Amino acid sequence: MAETNGSDTVTVYIDDEPVVVPKGITMIEAAEHVGKEIPHYCYHQKLSVVGNCRMCLVELGWPMKDRATGEPILEEDGSPKIGWGGKPGIACNQPVAEGIRMRTDSDLVRDCRHGVMEFLLVNHPLDCPICDQAGECKLQEYATEYGRGYSRFIEEKNPKPKRTVLGPRVILDDERCILCSRCVRFMQEIPGDDVLGFIDHGSYSTLTCYPGRELDSNYSLNTVDICPVGALTSRDFRFQMRVWFLKPVDSICTESSVGANTQVWAREGKIYRITPRQNDAVNDTWMTDSGRDLYKQVEAEDRLTTPFVRGIEATPVQALRETERLLRPSERVAVVASTHSSVEEQYFLRRIADRTGAQRYAVRHWGEEDGLLLSADRTPNTRGALLTGLLDELPKPDLRELGAAIDRGEIDTVLCIHEDPLACGLTVEQVRKVAWVRMATHASPADEHAFIALPSLTVFERSGTFINQQFRLQKFRAVVPGPAGLLTDLQQLASLNSLLEDGPVASVQPDHAWKELSAEPGPFAGLRFRTLPSEGVALDPGEHARHPFPERQSLKYEADSFLASLPAATTAS
Amino acid sequence: MPHPKERRLLLSHADEPGYTGSYEDYTARGGYKTLEAAIRREPAEIKKEVLDANIRGRGGALFPAGRKWGFLDPNSDKPVYLICNADESEPGTFKDRQLIHKDPHQLIEGMMISAYATGTKLAFIYIRGEMFGGARILEEAIEKARANNLVGENILGSGYSCDLIVHRGAGSYICGEETGLIESLEGKRPYPRLKPPFFPAAKGLYMCPTIVNNVETLCQVKHAVELGGKEYAKIGVPNCTGTRIWSLSGHVNNPGYFEVEGGAYTFGDLIYDMGGGLREGRSLLGFIPGGSSTKVIKYDQRYRGKLQDGTEVDWGVEDIPLDCDGCNYFGSSSGSAAVMVMDDTTDVVMALANLNAFYAHESCGQCTPCREGSLWLKKITHRMIAGEAREEDADLLKSIADQVEGRTICAHGEAVAWPVQGFILRFRDEFIDYARRQARERAAREQETTAAVA
Ligand SMILES: Cc1cc2nc3c(=O)[nH]c(=O)nc-3n(C[C@H](O)[C@H](O)[C@H](O)COP(=O)(O)O)c2cc1C
Ligand code: SF4
Ligand code: SF4
Ligand code: FES
Repeated sequence: MAETNGSDTVTVYIDDEPVVVPKGITMIEAAEHVGKEIPHYCYHQKLSVVGNCRMCLVELGWPMKDRATGEPILEEDGSPKIGWGGKPGIACNQPVAEGIRMRTDSDLVRDCRHGVMEFLLVNHPLDCPICDQAGECKLQEYATEYGRGYSRFIEEKNPKPKRTVLGPRVILDDERCILCSRCVRFMQEIPGDDVLGFIDHGSYSTLTCYPGRELDSNYSLNTVDICPVGALTSRDFRFQMRVWFLKPVDSICTESSVGANTQVWAREGKIYRITPRQNDAVNDTWMTDSGRDLYKQVEAEDRLTTPFVRGIEATPVQALRETERLLRPSERVAVVASTHSSVEEQYFLRRIADRTGAQRYAVRHWGEEDGLLLSADRTPNTRGALLTGLLDELPKPDLRELGAAIDRGEIDTVLCIHEDPLACGLTVEQVRKVAWVRMATHASPADEHAFIALPSLTVFERSGTFINQQFRLQKFRAVVPGPAGLLTDLQQLASLNSLLEDGPVASVQPDHAWKELSAEPGPFAGLRFRTLPSEGVALDPGEHARHPFPERQSLKYEADSFLASLPAATTAS
Repeated sequence: MPHPKERRLLLSHADEPGYTGSYEDYTARGGYKTLEAAIRREPAEIKKEVLDANIRGRGGALFPAGRKWGFLDPNSDKPVYLICNADESEPGTFKDRQLIHKDPHQLIEGMMISAYATGTKLAFIYIRGEMFGGARILEEAIEKARANNLVGENILGSGYSCDLIVHRGAGSYICGEETGLIESLEGKRPYPRLKPPFFPAAKGLYMCPTIVNNVETLCQVKHAVELGGKEYAKIGVPNCTGTRIWSLSGHVNNPGYFEVEGGAYTFGDLIYDMGGGLREGRSLLGFIPGGSSTKVIKYDQRYRGKLQDGTEVDWGVEDIPLDCDGCNYFGSSSGSAAVMVMDDTTDVVMALANLNAFYAHESCGQCTPCREGSLWLKKITHRMIAGEAREEDADLLKSIADQVEGRTICAHGEAVAWPVQGFILRFRDEFIDYARRQARERAAREQETTAAVA
């Protein structure tokens, strides 16, 4: 037990165990520090405290002081005398303080939990067999753990609306709502869109949208995540799959350079939903609605599943060899890099570009920022392209410069990753003038003019790392296998590089790339994919912090203060 | 006409023939002189008078007003607000409305004195939504007071300014709970706030220091300052200085309001003398002493033992003094001083069903025990009076109430639990008999039907 009692910590006693905890937290959080769960519904780490569910009732005691002298009153054995409040108190609303006591396991506390559980269930429809929340429902969990196990309620339950459409993505089952107000507070406090509220009162209280409004925020699905019961459900996920069949895999949202941490839930090669994964340095416990839709690209109709060489189907290996054959003799190669590629992929593309002496192009994908979790750069890994040395400046608005180079006859072969040339300012004629190799996940009208098409995998089918706007290196893992027979982007680029280097072609995983990446001096020195912590690692951006990035502000990022926080040497120029 | 046992301080002019409560009538009887004098003194002196007067809050919690004012942080640079709680919704209570309707300027004077003492620049009267007549009377009276420089800018040339606004509630009992009231005044749902941290004196209206006092309390302030705190405290008894207005209703011949010197008389006097006694041939079953949320006191209860001050007593229910704490010795509270008398014809299950219906309807719905407990209790007692009572219901009711009391955000939890706990504690046998009688009646009916079919 740490003896320190510096200015930033206090010692509290939880079921007689002394615990040193940081100041400023509450007793419910202090309990969590020592791995003790105090059951709770309304409390949420990232929202204001309202104390309405009363599930976290505990016994609280304070060291007594003499009213007159202010001196602590002691027991006969010299220990402080504790004044236990006459009533139970809520742990979620009790700030930690020196010497404060909490009993979480007394008869009174058990009785309080029995009572609250019983009350929460009297008007609950108990329709778990048809409820999407079953399996991850706090009502189920706590009823089992803290409930009495039987009901004394023989009256009629309150009927309430079962399927109120709150917005384009969220449906409310009012009978299941326990009125914890987490959803209301979330909308008020995080996106700042005060759209939800209660009407009527007492046990007839009903959640609803303000008149004339609907829950249409791009953050609406977070309410579904934090609803402790099955009251709010996602219209996309509703009735699709039992949650206990799903396996979550840690991933990173590719919607923008925020790099929200996510979990992607799949079963038997099929993805069913994406939910946020807590990372207090990046996205807290939230993510956008739009980011949750991205898994739909996996089964999109226009997915590229077969490599083509000059319009003829080929195997991935044949297609790569053909690519090598194009690149090797050419003196006039260009690569179109992608800020959607992973760090590892960008690293190998850089080596290919180095070896072929290629000109490097890239296109930016910028949009409006929302100040929260959708940043101006709508790709996940612009920083990766810079830090791997693939690019030395920010991507351009389009590929017109490449078009001009083609027109001038400076380019005869283009290796293009992910981008659609026709959408980036090139003409069909320009594409047809060169041997165009396109590596991409989805078809584009340019494909019919391309020399070679190398189908690649979505973020859900590969593993790797991205570097977000805070220069935080974060890893994502494959959730489902890609279409049969296809190689990962990393494998294709590493193999192509090996072919060009006359080296052996072997199976390549992110770890292999990191052996090489971490060997070079610079921001990656000493890092390994396998040991990269799930919350990511903040890299030293060095000179790259100076680029005129488009991001200004999001939940955990503010451009000016970010720059100011860097070591002076980095920003001075 | 006032009963001879009354001592009228707040209602001294209220029922005087010809007295209309107008500005002219009020000033003709010395009205606003106390404000005029007070405003020339230091606010701290006025505070001291109120502290010395030991006026216990008449809204029900009985907390001394002077001590409440003392919670205001003198070093705060935030504005202070004063709110008069005129939500008077506790069933059985009808004293504040008399004060508002019959002598509105007395309240205004009391408020302006209180506002001056507490450093308030903006004061509110939060009046129950249904009392639109009262709201109109107050608004007109305030206009009159403003026209006479008693409210508003530079009051009576003193340099002190304070405005007074009447705000009508939307008709909900919980708006009377002071933090629910504050939320409502801010334009939100009256969800009572967590205490701590939202004690009104520290973080009240708009998160600023706020004093909430009941109508009667603020009227008492006027008299305490007029007489001087120490002099005022000589009226009544130490635990109940000044006078109290008792609202008497139920099975008595002469229901109504009675202003009585603190502790000068007893519940026996109130029911049998001032209240004119019970109807012919009826006897007392019990009474609810302090508004419908307080626990019922049964006719045969006795208290033998010491009072807080050490006096030995042997009291029957008729001996309980009309003060602030006497009812505590009988397991109840004098609350808002609203006495509801029940004679021996009372159906206790029906009576509790009625109370349960009220508190279930008025729960704001914020916290689980009160929200779900109150409606469950109501459903049980309604099933009982509908003919489906079970013997175990009595204990179930009590157990549910026990799961509510002391576990909620605001004291509405107690308002839900206490009537049930009180009725079951005093009338458990009656509740069980009730179920048995119904079972017998059901059996008899069944037999009849069977006989008819056979
Ligand atoms: C559910 C509930 C309802 C209340 N209703 C009223 C009311 O209608 N009028 C009132 O003066 N106080 C009411 N109170 C008490 C107030 O919260 C507060 O204590 C009081 O206004 C303070 O004034 P006082 O100190 O002058 O009594 C109520 C309390 C609760 C818990
Ligand atoms: S819908 Fe869910 S999150 Fe919202 S109040 Fe009801 S139970 Fe809580
Ligand atoms: S005790 Fe009742 S009235 Fe008070 S906050 Fe809770 S639900 Fe609302
Ligand atoms: S978690 Fe709901 S009251 Fe504490």
